[in-house]
Amino acid sequence: MDEYLHLMRQTADRLFATHCDRSILTQSAAGVWPGELWRAVEEAGFPLAAVSETKGGLGLSIDTVLDLVRTAAEHSAPVPFGETIAAAWLLDRAELTIPVGPLTFASDRSASLTASKSGTGWLLAGKLERVAYGRFAAACVAAAPSAEGVRLFVLGRADYTVTHGSNLAGEPRDTLMVSASIPEERVRLVPTQVGSLHALGAVVRTCQIAGALSRIGVQSVNYAQERVQFGRPLSKFQAIQQSLAVLGDQIAAAAVAADMARHGIGEGRPFPKVAIAKARAGESAGIGASIAHQVHGAIGFALEHSLHFSTKRLWSWRDEFGSEHEWNVDFGRHLLEAGPERLWSEIALV
Amino acid sequence: MENLSFLRPPEINGLDTLRAEVRQFLEVELASRQPVARAESWTGFDATFSRKLGERGWIGMTWPKRYGGHERTSFERYVVLEEMLAAGAPVSAHWIADRQSGPLILRVGTEEQRLKYLPAITRGECFVSAGLSEPDTGSDLASARTRATSVDGGYVINGTKVWTTYAHHSHVLILFCRTSPPSKENRHDGFSQFIVDLKSPGIHVSPILDIAGKHHINQIIFEDVFVPESNLLGAKGDGWKQVISELANERSGPERFLSSFTLLVELVRELGSNPSQEAAAAIGRLGGHICVLRNMSRSVAGMLHAGDDPTLQAAIVKDLGALLEQEIPEIARRLVPLELSVDSPGLSAVLAATLLQSPSFSLRGGAREILRGIIARGLGLR
Repeated sequence: MDEYLHLMRQTADRLFATHCDRSILTQSAAGVWPGELWRAVEEAGFPLAAVSETKGGLGLSIDTVLDLVRTAAEHSAPVPFGETIAAAWLLDRAELTIPVGPLTFASDRSASLTASKSGTGWLLAGKLERVAYGRFAAACVAAAPSAEGVRLFVLGRADYTVTHGSNLAGEPRDTLMVSASIPEERVRLVPTQVGSLHALGAVVRTCQIAGALSRIGVQSVNYAQERVQFGRPLSKFQAIQQSLAVLGDQIAAAAVAADMARHGIGEGRPFPKVAIAKARAGESAGIGASIAHQVHGAIGFALEHSLHFSTKRLWSWRDEFGSEHEWNVDFGRHLLEAGPERLWSEIALV
Repeated sequence: MENLSFLRPPEINGLDTLRAEVRQFLEVELASRQPVARAESWTGFDATFSRKLGERGWIGMTWPKRYGGHERTSFERYVVLEEMLAAGAPVSAHWIADRQSGPLILRVGTEEQRLKYLPAITRGECFVSAGLSEPDTGSDLASARTRATSVDGGYVINGTKVWTTYAHHSHVLILFCRTSPPSKENRHDGFSQFIVDLKSPGIHVSPILDIAGKHHINQIIFEDVFVPESNLLGAKGDGWKQVISELANERSGPERFLSSFTLLVELVRELGSNPSQEAAAAIGRLGGHICVLRNMSRSVAGMLHAGDDPTLQAAIVKDLGALLEQEIPEIARRLVPLELSVDSPGLSAVLAATLLQSPSFSLRGGAREILRGIIARGLGLR
């Protein structure tokens, strides 16, 4: 199994290396859909990797498959790769039909959807904000509260209108105005143990942050070894070595955070692992981006250099699906409610 | 960046019983231990407490039974360690022996040495100090000048060691010194290690008070101290290699991020269950960082268990851990306005005690700059 996963990671790495060159990244940031990249992603079977085999998937655990999201983010893949994997997994768990094509989902922390029962379906209205790749997605999963609990709705393109928006890296973050009648077969109560869409998004972003940090680590080390100043490579200066070591610390911490987040989703207990992980990775994102830019000097500040593809993503992803502050408050309240005598046992439970 | 990765720590079932046992034991044993004493963390010394731990089988847990050990797993040992630290138990008396000296004797010692020292260590009756630093030798350990000269039946030691924790209460010292001059090719050649009885004639232990005025650390002067041949630890000339292999054990344990934990407990007590946003965020962040570091540290325990070399990962745990431990006092004083005093009750004294210890967090066991040098080497920069 490990060998299989290793091969899959290699395949993903090659695929993204081939399809995420500079011109693709630049065009995508300007709003062009990288169709060839997405076709390759679909042909490799990645979108349904965490979906059960009876539904045409690869039947792998979500915990495992989310590690590929890290690989995609190393290459700044400008497609809703993690969103599609997570949404497909969720729909499978909820026993809903998985639409074909790129998928996305909206955070339920900021959503203002109202749902009311109407005949054989549901009337759904409201606004979904900052939805990743909303304009390109074949379907969007959203959640709305009801008397029986939170319900998931699978929205097709006809169910909403799209207003374009984007994050710092030019990744689409669109506003969807929803006004539709959704038939019962596209509605389910959120299955127990999958957590909220907000937490699911936080897992995806945490894995992405780990990937992008790893990329800027490689770039910074390479640059420090190539760039000569005062007659020697930057990498020979202790000040640079010490800075890059701190970047190394943050890359390692974010990777462990990503692992914890995947683990939390995989074991059906997202809180508090996901809260801890998103906050920790978000903190690493800021520290890491700052060091990478400092080591690259002025050239890293130029649009013609490729560093910004990763750093602008890091500066966006740390705020999406909950900033450090938001998740820290969640876990902090939990610990403070537990109180001083149970503080350690709560930590040891994570 | 593949070499920076930490494998997910293995999931071990059946540790809950042990954890519950340890908690129950600590609840009784530490019932009267005040927060300011708990804040001493792993620098707290209590020989009686260590003997009780020995009786419970919680020292030398992973060592073979024929040497007094209990043949339990390193994951079980980890549970005991972290529970002790989180509760602020006075573990210092046996800590170094359990963490590094015992495993070293087990690995490179003679059968006679193993039988002589290990069972006594596991009973909490033999306390060990490590003699590494010298007045002119801090981070640059290879500049150590203390030397052992061959004489009939053994060696004669001359030199000075400093910063030796609890040498004034310990029974033996694992001494790192020169047995021959450095070779032309390598200044790391020519070092050896010895097990030195601290009662030997010619040993002078004197206190070095820390900035809190406390006596934990010492200077040891060796004046023609005779050590029998049988106390050479490991192969003559292998001292450097042996000492480096100790360091991964020394740098990645839970003591590298839990030194300020008592302060966090007292801060949580002070803030209560209805905190401000800022306070909740700060506590969540600190708790979260501890959880991530705990994961990393347990991952290193897994690597050690599997026989992998975690030098780089251990340096990362210790670098991040010290940053966190040193941040906790700063965050505490931001959230709770206090003027510090060591003899006031409650949070103020715990904060003061932790703050006064905090400079050592990024020095002992490898200074921050040295650790970052190791990480930079791992990144291929040196």
